[in-house]
Amino acid sequence: MSNTKNITDVVRTTSIQKSFGDQVVLKDISFSLREKEKLVILGKSGSGKSVLIKCIVRLMVPDSGNIEVFGKDITGLDTEQLNELRERIGFLFQSAALYDSMSVRQNLEFPLRRVKKIKDRKLINSKVEEVLSNVNLEDAIDKMPSQLSGGMRKRIGLARTLIMDPEIILYDEPTTGLDPITSVEICDLINDIQKKYKSASIIITHDQNVVKITSSRLLILRDGLIHAEGTYEELKKSNDEWVHSFLN
Amino acid sequence: MEIHPKSSGGATSLLRKSTIQVSKKISAGKEKSSSLLLAVGDGGYFTWQLVKEIFRFRIPWGEFIRQCYLVGNKSLSLVMATGFIMGLVLTIQSRPILVEFGAESYLPGMVGISLLREMGPVITALIFAGKVGSGIGAELGSMKVTEQIDAMEVSGARPFNYLVVSRVLACTLMVPLLVIFADFIGLLGSYIGANIKGDSNLILFFSRAFEPVMFSDLLPAIVKSFLFGAAIGIVSCYKGYYASSGTESVGLAANSAVVLSSLMIFIIDALAVQFTDIFFIQ
Repeated sequence: MSNTKNITDVVRTTSIQKSFGDQVVLKDISFSLREKEKLVILGKSGSGKSVLIKCIVRLMVPDSGNIEVFGKDITGLDTEQLNELRERIGFLFQSAALYDSMSVRQNLEFPLRRVKKIKDRKLINSKVEEVLSNVNLEDAIDKMPSQLSGGMRKRIGLARTLIMDPEIILYDEPTTGLDPITSVEICDLINDIQKKYKSASIIITHDQNVVKITSSRLLILRDGLIHAEGTYEELKKSNDEWVHSFLN
Repeated sequence: MEIHPKSSGGATSLLRKSTIQVSKKISAGKEKSSSLLLAVGDGGYFTWQLVKEIFRFRIPWGEFIRQCYLVGNKSLSLVMATGFIMGLVLTIQSRPILVEFGAESYLPGMVGISLLREMGPVITALIFAGKVGSGIGAELGSMKVTEQIDAMEVSGARPFNYLVVSRVLACTLMVPLLVIFADFIGLLGSYIGANIKGDSNLILFFSRAFEPVMFSDLLPAIVKSFLFGAAIGIVSCYKGYYASSGTESVGLAANSAVVLSSLMIFIIDALAVQFTDIFFIQ
């Protein structure tokens, strides 16, 4: 059945619900992500944005509803199938989640050696150099994560995501904690990466810069539901106060 | 044929009633006991996952060797110092009593048996739990809190295999090796202790120390050393891997890794003594 659905939808969620104890975080979330699209999800803190993208990679399991990634229902996959699917998805964590005990080079080599099982030293080196040049941090190759600034950590985190050539990239608040200039640089980087890798992206954010610079479509969450959906220009014209409070 | 609950006999009905009563008691019962049961269940599942990974021979060899070096090297000096002091103190404390009974010549044998059978494995394991167990708990706890484990998970890198299997196997292998070191250094300490007030030859002292040692003394000690190592590895990895969010939980993971590992060491030791008593001591 799923194969007959619109193939340009790389992610499709249907009626996702998720609660933590008595607190219902996601009530009924249905949306789709199309190929090469940059979907920005906005919402108040605690509105379940991060929970939503964690459900997409099955870091969390929804209480009910359906999530299809590349046409496969991720809740029904076994561990091997899930890992195969995850290889096609990149996830940039809010904290970048660099491995503290490894240098930048080792951080980047890790998924190649461990997941892709690449042993060829030359190939690994060329991949590492390529992604580092994509994030403009060639000089940081031998540094440890503790020696990097917040913006550099985000870039290296992004480089580690890109090294797997993902078809979907999920960004969890990519500019949080960064100054406005670095924030714009990260946004430009997201755009450049999307052009180069032709990947689809979901970007969770509060940042106006991210919305303006990167989004091809916007979703605004409120009380566990999708409150508004559209392009930045469309939603900017909306008379809804809640939407205005986010976009102005 | 359908079987309706109402049509079943009185015994079944009584069983159902008691089951409901028990489940009600459990559900409404004390949180502490239910959380303890949950923790035991979680720990059992964690260990089962680990056993499955090992028996499927999915061992991350590179990381395993690195961990062996790290955990072994990290605790070697401390274990040797402790072993030396243990042998020295044991000898100094026991010597006057043995001299009083004219049994000074039994001193090396007594120290040898004490160290090899009991003190070497237990003290080494306790030191190892304090030094390495807390380190593993804190390291994995910190990785959990900073989403590094999640980052491995979403990239398909199988963090359980990479982080847990390697560390548990390294602990299991390293504790017995450290015990051997501790025993040897302990006997050396004992020799020095014996020579403070006496005059003993090194070769003679060691041959007297090993004279009463039987296979039935060595085998249980070696087996329980492996079990101590496995217990420390499993408990520490479990506490770190399932640390809850927040920086406080890192400290808590490290702390509970040491406390629970130490408790496990004593429980395993008590069981090992019983088994040894049944199978080896006539």
